[in-house]
Amino acid sequence: MPTDILMPALSPTMEEGTLAKWLVKEGDSVVPGDVICEIETDKATMEVESVEEGTIGKILISEGSEGVVVNSVIAVMLGEGESADDISQVPAPVAAEPSAVQPQTEEAAPKTSPQKTSGASAPVFSPAADPDLPEGVEMVEMSVRQALNEAMSEEMRADDDVFLMGEEVAQYQGAYKISQGMLAEFGERRVIDTPITEHGFTGIAVGAAFAGLKPIVEFMTFNFAMQAIDQIVNSAAKQLYMSGGQVQAPIVFRGANGAASRVGAQHSQDFTAWYAQVPGLTVIAPYSAADAKGLLKAAIRSPNPVVFLENELMYGVSFDVPIMDDFVLPIGKARMVRQGNDVTIVSFSIGMKYATEATETLVSEGVDVELIDLRTIRPLDMETVLNSVKKTGRCVVVEEGWPQFSVGSELSARLMEQAFDYLDAPVMRIAGKDVPMPYAANLEKLALPSVDEVVAAVNAVTYRS
Amino acid sequence: MARKNATQAKTSAAGSTGKKVGGRKSSPAKPNVPEFSKGDELRAYREMLLIRRFEEKAGQMYGMGLIGGFCHLYIGQEAVVTGINMAARPDDASITSYRDHGHMLAVGMDPNGVMAELTGRVDGLSKGKGGSMHMFSTEKRFYGGNGIVGAQVSLGTGLAFAAKYRGEDSVSLTYFGDGASNQGQVYESFNMAKLWDLPVVYIIENNKYAMGTSLERSSALTNLANRGASFNIPGETVDGMDVRYVRDAAERAINHARTGKGPYILEMKTYRYRGHSMSDPAKYRSKDEVQAMRSERDPIEQVKQRILDKKHGNIDDLKQIEKEVRAIVTKAADFATNSPEPDPSELWTDITI
Repeated sequence: MPTDILMPALSPTMEEGTLAKWLVKEGDSVVPGDVICEIETDKATMEVESVEEGTIGKILISEGSEGVVVNSVIAVMLGEGESADDISQVPAPVAAEPSAVQPQTEEAAPKTSPQKTSGASAPVFSPAADPDLPEGVEMVEMSVRQALNEAMSEEMRADDDVFLMGEEVAQYQGAYKISQGMLAEFGERRVIDTPITEHGFTGIAVGAAFAGLKPIVEFMTFNFAMQAIDQIVNSAAKQLYMSGGQVQAPIVFRGANGAASRVGAQHSQDFTAWYAQVPGLTVIAPYSAADAKGLLKAAIRSPNPVVFLENELMYGVSFDVPIMDDFVLPIGKARMVRQGNDVTIVSFSIGMKYATEATETLVSEGVDVELIDLRTIRPLDMETVLNSVKKTGRCVVVEEGWPQFSVGSELSARLMEQAFDYLDAPVMRIAGKDVPMPYAANLEKLALPSVDEVVAAVNAVTYRS
Repeated sequence: MARKNATQAKTSAAGSTGKKVGGRKSSPAKPNVPEFSKGDELRAYREMLLIRRFEEKAGQMYGMGLIGGFCHLYIGQEAVVTGINMAARPDDASITSYRDHGHMLAVGMDPNGVMAELTGRVDGLSKGKGGSMHMFSTEKRFYGGNGIVGAQVSLGTGLAFAAKYRGEDSVSLTYFGDGASNQGQVYESFNMAKLWDLPVVYIIENNKYAMGTSLERSSALTNLANRGASFNIPGETVDGMDVRYVRDAAERAINHARTGKGPYILEMKTYRYRGHSMSDPAKYRSKDEVQAMRSERDPIEQVKQRILDKKHGNIDDLKQIEKEVRAIVTKAADFATNSPEPDPSELWTDITI
């Protein structure tokens, strides 16, 4: 029976990709290990090799096709004694069936520049215009990945003291392709591949900041920054205070934070609350591409050490970004995404995805939600949150991190202290569950917050349920 | 950063003391005794004496309750920082651990400001907010004053990175102890320092005890000059009690780093007479061991004896220096005692800019 060759997934988060090139044609014989095609995502280009022996019977997806869904049949392979006549009509993609192909290791030099992907989709929601933007400014759709890339590149063009260091940032173009093209533009003096030694290179970067440079340290993910947290907290965050204001540490620590998808407990942790507890640090966790760009530029210019928490699942998501020569947003200012009177939902980073989708549902049910994106976690824009809660009397905080001693815990405490008389219901925290992140797909889903939980919490505090 | 071809490693005791590393009481043969002029000897004497008397006063003030917390005295190790500094340029950066008072005096930071920081007063170099372990001077390019064992090694490597990035030829003088020499980030830093040929001199002040744990009890191999061998970083073991050998080795090391050849390790065999900190009774070593060091190897006595032997000065000249040094220290102590505590509003300043 002919074997279907399926579109492989290059990562747990990939849903579709481009079939860039066929390296075989119909009628060719292949043996296991032969490269049959190349597929491309926004992150990488990979070769796909055959795992079986046979003849390429039919190619169903022509090269150059974009948006090829994972697990759809891209070709059919014939075994010994089979002919093209044995191929029935194109079968529907079957996820459970083992693919006859497997992706090879990632190619080091992807060809594409950072581009938007439709792999993950932003919730359809029309947020209020950001008052920090000039009225009527022209917008362009851009992925978070490209926004981060532009922010770093623009700041590096403007200031020779700014440089980027981290694992795979240069020749590999970034593990998540955030620094794509930057080595070519800025050279190896300013885009620096480090060995896998977070503790050491973070200390080196902090020392360079003491000497007046403005390093951007990329952690492949913030899970690995735990190796370096002593240098972030003890050296960078406390330096100004310990020196009586004499020695600054103008440095940005950035990278993917929080859960990705199906990567297990050690690679799925949200460190927002950890860093947000430390005086001396600025902590930023943007959701949209515009905020990612405007706030990363602000972070690089800041004379303070900044922990800039990104989210892998958001890298490929596109948003409107203003077309401006120098688009910088203020640090420490939350964004009012939707104004409403019934309840305040506060979130940040990917938590905004749940919050936004819940808001859509709730608004459609007649609940007038006020939605706030904190954007900066330290310093916390309590003024915006307080003014909102004084109006609505109810608050739900949404985040992916663990619930104990979380950002939501802090907001709850402050609202209790500063807006007690205004509250008509307890502040509710929707957070990740108090467990290490499981691997199994169903358990992982349960460990993360959900839109339903946010809706249920809003229903509870508005006494609708 | 561009890499350079790895240079040949020159490990252990190269040309300096030729002493067998790890020998406890071996009095090494000293070929090629480095030349010290009259001016060198007198400068070394004065600078080491200032550190000694300053530290004695700090110890005294700690006993009086004027200095709080941790207070790690440098007494016994004076030749190391003095000799290194005699070979360095003013624009070279330096960074060390929490045993830092001597380093600050050596680079010319104000003794009044150092002592007032020890007493936690507003005129301290960190406005009283840093304490014994956290003082800095951007003017003198002294970057602390760091309390986490080994952290300053990565930071010091970063100072060297900055110099190279900017195309400057200053060198980072990165001090750490035998205890820190077992920390992982030290080797991460060694690796990158050599990979990128950064201008850093690693000065390991081997005073034989990491708090109460002797080098032999903490380290599989006790030749610390060899610790860069895996990275092709040359190293020397140096008699850190003799300021002449220290300066001589430092000149080689600093020149190596300054001329683009990358990092260099100096293992300074030294000794602290006092406990790890003021609260350490130092029961882990014998009184005889300490006494032998004091009477036979004392860095200041060695210089003093040479000054007298070579007639660079007489007893009265030395007494005059002693008097001047004591005046500086007394003045610092008075200053530090009389400076007011920081204003309560200082609690909330200098957190971010």
